[in-house]
Amino acid sequence: MAEEMTGAQSLIHSLERAGVDVMFGIPGGAILPAYDPIYDSKIRHILVRHEQGAGHAATGYAQATGRVGTCIATSGPGATNLVTPIADAQMDSVPMVAITGQVPSSAIGTDAFQEADIRGITMPITKHNFLVTRAIDIPRAIAQAYHIAASGRPGTVLVDIAKDALQEKVTFDWPKNSDLPGYRDHSQPVPEAIKDAAALIAQSVRPVLYVGGGVIKANGYKELRALAELVGAPVVTTLMARGAFPDSHKLHVGMPGMHGSVAAVTSLQKADLLITLGARFDDRVTGKLSTFAPNAKVIHADIDPAEIGKNRHADVPVIGDVRLTMAQLVPALKSEFAKHQPDLTAWWKQVDGWRTTYPVGYDMPSDGSLSPQYVIERLGKISDPETIYTAGVGQHQMWASQFISYEKPRTWLNSGGLGTMGYAVPAAMGAKVGAPDTTVWAIDGDGCFQMTNQELVTCAINNIPIKVALINNDSLGMVRQWQTLFYNQRYSNTDLHSKRVPDFAKLADAMGCVGLRCERPEDVDKTIEAAMAINDQPVVVDFNVFRDAMVWPMVAAGTSNDDIMIARELAPDWDSQEL
Amino acid sequence: MQTHILSVLVENQSGVLARVSSLFSRRGYNIEALSVGPTENPEISRITIAVNVEGHALDQVIQQLDKLINVIDIIELPERTSHQVELILVRIGLKNGESDRKSVDAVLEKFGAHVVEATNSSVTIQQTASPAQTQMLLNELAQFGIMELTQSGVVAMGRSIQP
Repeated sequence: MAEEMTGAQSLIHSLERAGVDVMFGIPGGAILPAYDPIYDSKIRHILVRHEQGAGHAATGYAQATGRVGTCIATSGPGATNLVTPIADAQMDSVPMVAITGQVPSSAIGTDAFQEADIRGITMPITKHNFLVTRAIDIPRAIAQAYHIAASGRPGTVLVDIAKDALQEKVTFDWPKNSDLPGYRDHSQPVPEAIKDAAALIAQSVRPVLYVGGGVIKANGYKELRALAELVGAPVVTTLMARGAFPDSHKLHVGMPGMHGSVAAVTSLQKADLLITLGARFDDRVTGKLSTFAPNAKVIHADIDPAEIGKNRHADVPVIGDVRLTMAQLVPALKSEFAKHQPDLTAWWKQVDGWRTTYPVGYDMPSDGSLSPQYVIERLGKISDPETIYTAGVGQHQMWASQFISYEKPRTWLNSGGLGTMGYAVPAAMGAKVGAPDTTVWAIDGDGCFQMTNQELVTCAINNIPIKVALINNDSLGMVRQWQTLFYNQRYSNTDLHSKRVPDFAKLADAMGCVGLRCERPEDVDKTIEAAMAINDQPVVVDFNVFRDAMVWPMVAAGTSNDDIMIARELAPDWDSQEL
Repeated sequence: MQTHILSVLVENQSGVLARVSSLFSRRGYNIEALSVGPTENPEISRITIAVNVEGHALDQVIQQLDKLINVIDIIELPERTSHQVELILVRIGLKNGESDRKSVDAVLEKFGAHVVEATNSSVTIQQTASPAQTQMLLNELAQFGIMELTQSGVVAMGRSIQP
């Protein structure tokens, strides 16, 4: 029997029907009617301290669990504070739904108090968005929003609801179908494409599996492993794909891209075939596009047809869910290999040469101070492989991607596409809410941390005991590195003085967390172990690290991957290698 | 570069045109002309877009448009296999009065255009024709001095009998 209720009740009912178990948000005028039924709902609402925190928390939750993350805010500034996390999640294809209150429909367009056209604002940064002005339309909008966010190439959907629609009385009616005539399902790969891909792989003597974040989105780890072991080719995992394939696996040769390993970057450059799986030829991976993998043919498997050929021509496009693609590729390839399997011995000899000659490494600071890479490496070694790591953006993010061995998917969460400083702490909060029994470490920089650390208060009050490894180098480290390399060491506005102010341990303490500090290499292990021992409170460890440490290898922006540098003014010695 | 005509069927909902134009601006594609109107189905509108892109870029425009949830279908309509029509209203001056008017009428007769308003000093002309024909008409009228021109975007429909 249909039930009479308010639009607000219908909204919360709809969220429950959509399977939402937690949402992150802050109430305010226009969304206030929705907060009354939230009070009675089984959905856990976590009251954050800034809407940006709500958005990144929803993203962290989604990245850690594979479910759709939900955030909720009021109109105007509440909604505009969500813009950064919405853009962030959309760039990284994270399934997220943002609910915003809007001024009453009669006031829309009048520059009313706390009015912002958030649907217009978020049009270019969402997969889709809705403006709902009638209570009767709420259930359908919510059902469609969750369907769109989670299916196909996942993304962000915003649902903006006018206050009067929340207040209006309505009969609740959950839609039976999604009714989206323009939304196509591209998940099934075409058999011919699979066949063509298998045929191409069977001809290749220098193949590389170029693995992107899509493999994690599609939960295709088993299929990836089966495919990789069948082909026997080097595997590279992009920043968004770290953990999709075990780092310790002998086929894994590292991360490609601007700060990738020599072996990963160079194997792409020298490959005769890129088996591209849920990756999008991002500029941070390709370097100067016209010089990227010049002799390689390309198999491009992606669920988004618009990614095929966007940056790089695909010789064999395979549009479909990458997990299904890989699953179907394995038998197709077996029958190809039964006829002819190429010998990759010579190729591996080269790749292993790069791998053993140029492992990703670092020098200890000569002054005896703490190496940031060492801290991160030790953290990875001491933690168990289930541990989830989040990172902000900058040097610490690159080191965390380089010096921690990721063995499992959904253990490495970061802001890859948008490069959002401040992602780590709220994302860790969301991840911990989604995976409460797993240790969650936010590896953050002192610059990033000062953008969103207020969410530690949220963590402390709501019993979300995350751990923060603050890689404090006193500066905006990555920008400083570029100033060192490209701006004659003119350090314009990158000195944060954060070893002096704030006192991060005291700040942590004031926010209801445990604050620890570590300044000497010999204290690293015991400080990490002390932090590990605390499970009833968030912990912040201020690691005071060497500020001149740099991220290597590096392909300078806009240059060719062939010009990769392993240290300042130091290119690999290609002549000594048989290339 | 050649102009391509895309006939885009969209759900008749508020904000759809904004989504389409926002996409073009965000991805850096230039719209040459655009027209929107209803179709035989009240729930569906048609946006006809003329874009000046080639090969790979055209394919990207179509793929990106197709990702918009409210876009139901996209058809490229080549000139050879479709009817392409645009509407112009053009006002020209009559500097030499009656003698100009005679010459103008001769031009109009040649193109099948007609006069919607005439005064002693000007003639306002309406023409509905293919973009190429309207351009030819405008070229011929230029000698009289074009005072004002308004031009619709092209609308197009596939031919029922394909050549």
